Amino acid sequence: MIRFDNVSKRYPGGHEALSNISFHMEKGAMAFMTGHSGAGKSTLLKLVALIERASRGQLFLDGQNVTRISRRRIPYLRRKIGFIFQDHHLLFDRTVYDNVALPLIIAGYRHQEVGRRVRAALDKVGLLDKERLYPITLSGGEQQRVGIARAVVNKPLLLLADEPTGNLDPELSREIMALFAQFNIVGVSVLIASHDIPLIQELDYPVLELDHGRLAHSGAGAA
Amino acid sequence: MKRNRRNQRRSQNHWAEVLRRKFSPLTFLQRHAQVALDSLGRLYRNSVTSLMTAAVIGIALAMPSGLYLLLENLDRLSGAWKGQASLSVFLKHDVTETRARDLVERVSAWPEVASVELITPQQALEEFSARSGFADLLATLDENPLPVVLLVQPDTAHTAPEAASELRQRFSLLPETDLAQLDLQWVQRLAAILDTARRGILIISAVLALAVLLVIGNTIRLEIQNRREEILVTKLIGATNAFVRRPFLYSGIWYGLLGGLIAWLLVETGFWLLSAPVASLAGLYQSDFSLQTLPFLLWWLLAGGGILLGLLGSWLAVGRHLDAIEPQ
Repeated sequence: MIRFDNVSKRYPGGHEALSNISFHMEKGAMAFMTGHSGAGKSTLLKLVALIERASRGQLFLDGQNVTRISRRRIPYLRRKIGFIFQDHHLLFDRTVYDNVALPLIIAGYRHQEVGRRVRAALDKVGLLDKERLYPITLSGGEQQRVGIARAVVNKPLLLLADEPTGNLDPELSREIMALFAQFNIVGVSVLIASHDIPLIQELDYPVLELDHGRLAHSGAGAA
Repeated sequence: MKRNRRNQRRSQNHWAEVLRRKFSPLTFLQRHAQVALDSLGRLYRNSVTSLMTAAVIGIALAMPSGLYLLLENLDRLSGAWKGQASLSVFLKHDVTETRARDLVERVSAWPEVASVELITPQQALEEFSARSGFADLLATLDENPLPVVLLVQPDTAHTAPEAASELRQRFSLLPETDLAQLDLQWVQRLAAILDTARRGILIISAVLALAVLLVIGNTIRLEIQNRREEILVTKLIGATNAFVRRPFLYSGIWYGLLGGLIAWLLVETGFWLLSAPVASLAGLYQSDFSLQTLPFLLWWLLAGGGILLGLLGSWLAVGRHLDAIEPQ
């Protein structure tokens, strides 16, 4: 699903955020990515999300070389990916329903199809009864789950999560991780950046460990 | 290898599904209608600001259209005078009054001629001395130096400059004619003045159209800034530039349409306020002239022009500012 071949990312000014990263995450796999802050976790996710371009090396997504993909094609690739952010990036002037429906509307789904899928996604994250509410009235955990519903509503091939449990207590964090595991079971590839080491150790998934922009250690299966 | 192929197939199915859902014309129209309504709703929620923007556009559109209408009315009025353009035919000195009367009878039968008035040298002298104040001086003349003059009123079908000058040509070829003169000069001058004014209005229109573009562009730029977060999120979840652009283009269209509407109201109101004094002025000249307001076609032109300017203005703003907003 994701393949890095000797990828480096150097920012203007000379700071090298990633150096010679190589790994291959199989389709349908689930993996964690850890590391101290500034280790390059976010940069790696941004490369996968095509927000940043690699300075060197090759990057493959779903079997396709996307290292030099044209800007016009990026939106269509991003529709294959579901993003979950630490601060969830919900739109506060729209209802939960409208927030979750956004990827479907962008992709041009039919009205009935949108309703069906949004409700299925909200049901999966346990928020079916909150579709008419505005995100501001929800708790932090609920907002994060709305973000997850929005990420999965389009049935993406890959879920990328950047510190999805950063603002949540351990109980809620565990629930969110369980949710990711469920999506993984139905075939979605999942890559989660997190520094919640205790929680990661509880779960039995491969771990990519970044240290100052280098891949320090990769758990079984991911490399 | 086998797994890879299976993955590829799954990916293709994924895309086939997306394509199938995407290219339904009804869905496309639905989406556009929804975006258009959304944009209108946004305008309504900020009604004071939106109305002020639309009013600026309205005034900018009303100015040239109002001036244009005034000019058209003036043109119509001068058109009514053009019908009175006449031909003065000065006969040779040796042509006697009797011969002149024969001539009048002959040329009256011409189809281009509506009426002919004969002015004898005696009449002309009397009129001239009465009007010029040279009566004493003229009385000292031994003989009347003035020739017989025919005042020819062309038929309504021959009042246009070319037809009238053809008629003049025909008169000047008569053996009795010394000089045939077309009294068109002042009409031509008026036409030239109107042409100049028309060109001036064109220039004003162009400048004001530019102002409308800038006003709409600036409004849309502010709107883009206010919705920056939303743009970032939608781009991050796969929105194309076209998708992000769409609501702003519709905002521009609404501003333009609203501006056109306000312009129409302003012009109609202005002309309604003018109509009473113009009617009383026309009454003083024994004319039933009345101001004509926007013809239907022009009203559509105003609305269409507004929409076009709105679309163009927002397009410019969106092109400049939207690309700069990329997820970081």
